[in-house]
Amino acid sequence: MPENLKQLLVTIHGFGEGLLGPTLWVLAWTVIKIVILLAPVLFMVTYITLAERKIIGFMQVRYGPNRVGIWGILQPLADAAKLIFKELLLPEKADRTVFFLAPALTLVPALIAWAVIPFAPGLVLADINIGILYILAVSSLGVYGIIMAGWGSNNRFSFLGGLRSAAQMVSYEVSMGFTLIPVVLLSGSLNLTDVVNAQKGMWFVIPLLPMFVVYFISVVAETNRAPFDLPEAEAELVAGFITEYSAMSSGLFFMGEYANMILVSFMGSILFLGGWLPPLEILSFIPGVIWLGIKAAFLLFVFLWIRATFPRYRYDQLMRLGWKVFLPISLLWIFVTGLGVLLFGKA
Amino acid sequence: MVADLVFYLFAAVTVAAALGVITSRNQVHSVLFLILAFFTTAGLFVLLKAEFLAALLVIVYMGAVAVLFLFVVMMLDVDFESLRAGVKEHLPMGLFVGAVILAEFAFILSGVHVDEAVQTNAANIPNTQLIGQVLYTKYLFPFEIASLVLLVALIGAVVLTLRKRKDAKRQHIPSQIARTRDEAVELVKVAPGQGA
Repeated sequence: MPENLKQLLVTIHGFGEGLLGPTLWVLAWTVIKIVILLAPVLFMVTYITLAERKIIGFMQVRYGPNRVGIWGILQPLADAAKLIFKELLLPEKADRTVFFLAPALTLVPALIAWAVIPFAPGLVLADINIGILYILAVSSLGVYGIIMAGWGSNNRFSFLGGLRSAAQMVSYEVSMGFTLIPVVLLSGSLNLTDVVNAQKGMWFVIPLLPMFVVYFISVVAETNRAPFDLPEAEAELVAGFITEYSAMSSGLFFMGEYANMILVSFMGSILFLGGWLPPLEILSFIPGVIWLGIKAAFLLFVFLWIRATFPRYRYDQLMRLGWKVFLPISLLWIFVTGLGVLLFGKA
Repeated sequence: MVADLVFYLFAAVTVAAALGVITSRNQVHSVLFLILAFFTTAGLFVLLKAEFLAALLVIVYMGAVAVLFLFVVMMLDVDFESLRAGVKEHLPMGLFVGAVILAEFAFILSGVHVDEAVQTNAANIPNTQLIGQVLYTKYLFPFEIASLVLLVALIGAVVLTLRKRKDAKRQHIPSQIARTRDEAVELVKVAPGQGA
């Protein structure tokens, strides 16, 4: 950290402690850090919608949004304004509390998981020893928003969509969790900063290539993205669990979905693609945050690319892929990795 | 001071949620309250610096067990009025079970058994590592027994639910892939006016 920046931090801390006292200032400073972390995340969530429409438009040889601002650059703001000012509807026989709690419960886990993501050495909100477990724990909570939305709407399409989604997320969480174990074995730590530092010699994508592929396909299924977007398969279930939601309450579901997509892309870059480490030592003059951003952006692009390319899976095929293909592969690879660590030592 | 406040917040929510589990009329609300109780309990574990246990509680109970629980409760049509009818008859039995559990808690808490090796190292070693060290050395045998019990339960669940239905249509992927053109396509020459 440059010297003048450190000086600035000291000044800010001094001013804050004088204003609020030491105890309150610690709380206030944490809130400030959370805002600094979440503002870019929410900005990315807003603009990934535009990127998605532009990229898929490009792949289908059309323009995509181009009316609001130059190249449609203000389109997400227009969409947000539309969502906020639309009317909020509550179905007559819906369970009021559950119905309105559900969208919030989808978005919140997707945001609190960012607390443990390290963007550069030392640049992390909570550098805890169980980072990977924390991510797994938080991401397993996302399913409740969807299942509650399905049940609370009191609508068959919603209910079927919610059940489908719950079964899908629980299944793919298993294979996603198993792909993380070889990473933990190789790095010998559950702390994400240590995981990145262990990749200094070689990115984990090289020894764990099959796991990276399984991880990526699993998270596509886990985030309910095409070609695994069965919970909202419009040809069968209207809009799945979102059928009864309108205005910003449905907007929150989409924000949760996109925030999850961005989160798993960052996770993929940190666990397998070396996080903030540059691919070549000569390129280390570019800051680590930018390298991490480039890697995550590439994975996000693949998300959109897959959506534009593949047709939707059938539900039984989806379940078969998760339990009968990915689970055995990742179990086998855990043993292979364990053997490798035993013979050659950790990374 | 802040930690105390957080403790009382979590503890109060845990108790309130646990009361909600047994008092709410809607069974889905009961399960949702149970999930809230799990979550705040995990928060209490974090306050005790047992992050590993907290994460496991959330992953295993909230992420898997409670989801399946919610699944079943949503799909079953339980008639709660008929269940309520027998409350007075079952009350003595329920109170007895509650008393036994309370006595067990008191028994355990009065003579707290803490492993000395764990206690001395707790400050320096991350608790994931510490649990691993004790679990795979000192308590290896009970650990293996527990996993055997789980394995038996796993196989039992499969045996109980596995049944071959003759009328079910199954997809056999290898035979689909192994199909060749010769088996699948038959070329016939049909004379004009003779085709079915």
